[in-house]
Amino acid sequence: MRVARVIPCLDVTNGRVVKGVNFVGLRDAGDPVELAARYDAEGADELVFLDITASSDGRETMVEMVAHVADQVFIPFTVGGGIRSVDDARRMLRAGADKVSVNTAAFERPELITEIATEFGNQCVVCAIDGRRRTNGEPGWEVFLHGGRTPTGTDAVEWSIRAVALGAGEILLTSMDRDGTRQGFDNELTRAVTDAVTVPVIASGGVGSLQDLADGITIGGADAVLAASIFHFGEHTIAEAKAVISAAGINVRTNEN
Amino acid sequence: MTETLQARPDRRPLVAVLDYGIGNLRSAERALEHCGADARLTNDPGLIAAADSVVLPGVGNFGACMRSLHAAGLADLAVGAAGDGRPFLGICVGMQMLFGMSEEAPSEPGLGIIPGAIRWIPAGVKRPQMQWNQLSIGDAHRGDPMFAGLGSSPWLYFVHSLHGVPEDPADIAATVEYGSTLNAAFRRGSVFATQFHPEKSAAAGLQLLTNFVGVSRLVNTDG
Repeated sequence: MRVARVIPCLDVTNGRVVKGVNFVGLRDAGDPVELAARYDAEGADELVFLDITASSDGRETMVEMVAHVADQVFIPFTVGGGIRSVDDARRMLRAGADKVSVNTAAFERPELITEIATEFGNQCVVCAIDGRRRTNGEPGWEVFLHGGRTPTGTDAVEWSIRAVALGAGEILLTSMDRDGTRQGFDNELTRAVTDAVTVPVIASGGVGSLQDLADGITIGGADAVLAASIFHFGEHTIAEAKAVISAAGINVRTNEN
Repeated sequence: MTETLQARPDRRPLVAVLDYGIGNLRSAERALEHCGADARLTNDPGLIAAADSVVLPGVGNFGACMRSLHAAGLADLAVGAAGDGRPFLGICVGMQMLFGMSEEAPSEPGLGIIPGAIRWIPAGVKRPQMQWNQLSIGDAHRGDPMFAGLGSSPWLYFVHSLHGVPEDPADIAATVEYGSTLNAAFRRGSVFATQFHPEKSAAAGLQLLTNFVGVSRLVNTDG
């Protein structure tokens, strides 16, 4: 049985969740532990924490946050943003993260993927890839770095194949064209990568409705779907998302045994 | 000679979580604490000998984990603890190491506590299986105290590319469907072992760990 995962993504700076998370009834809307516990109770399958400061002085704060979350929330979670070395990865994993996500640093020094995978196993290395559809008339998607600011000229599908060969156990694939637009995933991009690699692919970027989540799986072929705003702003619960995905004929974890 | 088992619900049982220095071992310790144990991530032989129960966690590569376990001096202690009647729990690669060998690292022998081998998940599905999946608990194992309160088909979190195939099918406590039927939990004497991660499986996983803490609380008063 293949079971799709629904993954809320939380942006963190200086140990606080930012970007207007707006749950009703939270004592402290910026508290990562309280938010993580809330998503766990709602049935989130995993969590992703993205450190958007990624400055060296913010690093220890992030390690402390990871430890606090791991003390109280017992679902898998990934930490990304600013992981540049095996030491960075080790600190996050020792603090209680299950996986680390690498992006720009891995593109600039691909051995980083192999180094982390060799020490901790492929299953804990997520390669995050930000792809943008080529606009010069050529087909395909180009890898962008630094949160979508820096073009590389490299094909996103080729980089995903290489990242898996280097030891990545999962691909977190974000469409920079769709990110923030609420127009749905770029399902052609997702499909191109899921057809090319043997590891699970998480689709990201552009979710505006619950049907978008289902489409990412049925059309894009994603193994997991990641979203931020539709959950954070209280528009939809995880349970509502799973009901729509399930209605599309896809297996999801429910609270019923 | 009669053995008397006496429950002492007020007590936080001492659970030794074997620490051999790899990856995220702290999750198991924290989850057991959350479930009422005095859990200690440790490589201290004295503490391991004094513990009410022992947990062998593990993630990553079978060969790397076995080498680390030997380097930490814990392989013989694990074999001893699994054979002395105290409750013993193996998790993920910690479960796999209880077997005799693994196709992932054929040159690195396992602990041989559960006769059998760790084999690749049959081709045709994505490896690793990295998802939640629903257990089928074997008829003969429904009454196992480790499954108490879990319902008939609980959801647990899996991350694995191989699974255990014991020589004695009676050792299989639960299975899961992933392209084919994979073995997901094992019971052999005082040893219970799971391919899934109870420490990462939300309420169902915490129930299972609470059950383990509960059996760890049963002390043999004949000493």
